[in-house]
Amino acid sequence: MSIRERLSGNEAAATAMKQINPDVVAAFPITPSTEIPQYFSTFVDNGQVDTEFVAVESEHSAMSACIGAEAAGARAMTATSANGLSLMWEMIYIASSLRLPIVLSLVNRAVSGPLNIHNDHSDAMGVRDSGWIMLFSENNQEAYDNTLMAHRIAENENVLLPIMICQDGFITSHSIENIELESDEEVKKFVGEYHPKHYLLNDKEPIAVGPLDVQSYLFEHKAQQAEAMKAAKDVILQVSKDFEKWTGRHYGLFEEYKLDDAEIAIVCMNSTAGTTKAVINKLRDKGIKAGLLKLRVFRPFPGEEVAQALKHLKAVAILDKADSLNAIGGALFEDVTSSLYVSKNFVPCVNYVYGIGGRDTTENDLEKVYEDLQEIAKTGKVENPYRYLGLRREEK
Amino acid sequence: MEDLIEIRWHGRGGQGAKTASLLLADAAFNTGKYIQGFPEYGPERMGAPITAYNRISTSPITIHSNIYYPDYVVVVDDTLLESVDVTAGLKETGAIVINTTKSADYLKKVLKGYSGSIYTIDARKVSMETLGKYFPNTPMLAAIVKVSKIMTDEEFINDMKGSFKHKFAKKPEVIDGNMKAIEMALKEVNKIQ
Repeated sequence: MSIRERLSGNEAAATAMKQINPDVVAAFPITPSTEIPQYFSTFVDNGQVDTEFVAVESEHSAMSACIGAEAAGARAMTATSANGLSLMWEMIYIASSLRLPIVLSLVNRAVSGPLNIHNDHSDAMGVRDSGWIMLFSENNQEAYDNTLMAHRIAENENVLLPIMICQDGFITSHSIENIELESDEEVKKFVGEYHPKHYLLNDKEPIAVGPLDVQSYLFEHKAQQAEAMKAAKDVILQVSKDFEKWTGRHYGLFEEYKLDDAEIAIVCMNSTAGTTKAVINKLRDKGIKAGLLKLRVFRPFPGEEVAQALKHLKAVAILDKADSLNAIGGALFEDVTSSLYVSKNFVPCVNYVYGIGGRDTTENDLEKVYEDLQEIAKTGKVENPYRYLGLRREEK
Repeated sequence: MEDLIEIRWHGRGGQGAKTASLLLADAAFNTGKYIQGFPEYGPERMGAPITAYNRISTSPITIHSNIYYPDYVVVVDDTLLESVDVTAGLKETGAIVINTTKSADYLKKVLKGYSGSIYTIDARKVSMETLGKYFPNTPMLAAIVKVSKIMTDEEFINDMKGSFKHKFAKKPEVIDGNMKAIEMALKEVNKIQ
């Protein structure tokens, strides 16, 4: 029986961490994720968890401490945002290549500069090829649920990869909303105990972690990492199925909202998906067949499934909350369009870079996207596939 | 979502507008509603204009944007009236609630012909008489509950008793004052004709 509560996204993430009660949490505060380690340190102080809390002096050290703890055989978690993740960058790659299933709560924020503390996805997109599993969360509920599922996914012996749970800074991290929580005992039962097969503190099996990997091995190790990422897809689905059996809340690789019979659709991640649903409801009342594909699992990217879900559409808009500054389009746009191309499906696609630096994304903005899509669906032509949404421009 | 109520709060950093929006979310949550309570974060500092928001509904709320067409607006500090467009997007069927002692003529002038209902309350007086200090957020919270009819006075009073008991567990001496502030504010809200 779920517990009806109201929590902010940060409170939801911290509550999940409390219920998981990991062996080690090492973190350094940074807006807008500061509250997560702040709340967690209170849990430690109150004796609600028996976690070793390491108040490090930087994010580089936070990730290093998590790596050390996981290599030793412990369960380690951390939280960060934006430049905090940037400072972890070196260790982010070390964590995934050492196959350490660390869980990171990433509260998405614009990476400087210029300095901006508000939401976009430039922090997450900066590490999209670092070998971490990346789940995105529409609201506090999904941030909580994804965190509860994280260890089961990451620690699976076919996977053994670190995982980050993303949610939108301020928009969900600092918004109080309804949430269904599960009991401490049930969470403990679902998450289970961590018994790594190989770990540094096992005196019966001396091993080395992170030694030099020369020409004759690194390539094979990278290929194994890639295989693990591919294997993660099925594991995520299996864990999500078990989670649904327990809580009744359904999760897949992505959520399809009124997509089956849709003619036009938006693809996006995190909180904007919720606003899009409200817009779709209005458009449906007017007889416009609008739909949504909300991506939950960004890494591994479920290319075949995404292409399958979009192939019947007349036009698709892919919304990127980070500009790749590459003169061709955002990261999500590239992944979706190449998935369609490789699966030999042609659907006219258009990319909108939006919400940069916390620019609010309104229902009107999203209605405009669907208007554009109707036009594209009619003509089949995409004049400029790399566009901005909500950008102020000087009138010419 | 037709029963969705959207509220925008205008205050100054340090006056507790954000806290009031969270308390309102709490109170509505406790009567079984779906709620959102969130501030619009800017470069906040004491005294700077701030905005906070509430959405309240009987069905789940998925919208995650600021509120541009509110049903109600609460102005915690009347010095904002001349510098912030507080009625921007405010529905004519809705209402604005202002903490002020200014005249009806002045208010009608600065609200630029807003044709919806205008309510006032002297939150300073309520706060000083019941708490002995100026904390406008508790009276303003009571005022918006009264005006928006999100819940009955009785439901609200009972809920706040519980909330304050929890919130001020370490300062029980302030509970009575806050409850008195709420009861007085519920009576002091005044509609301008």
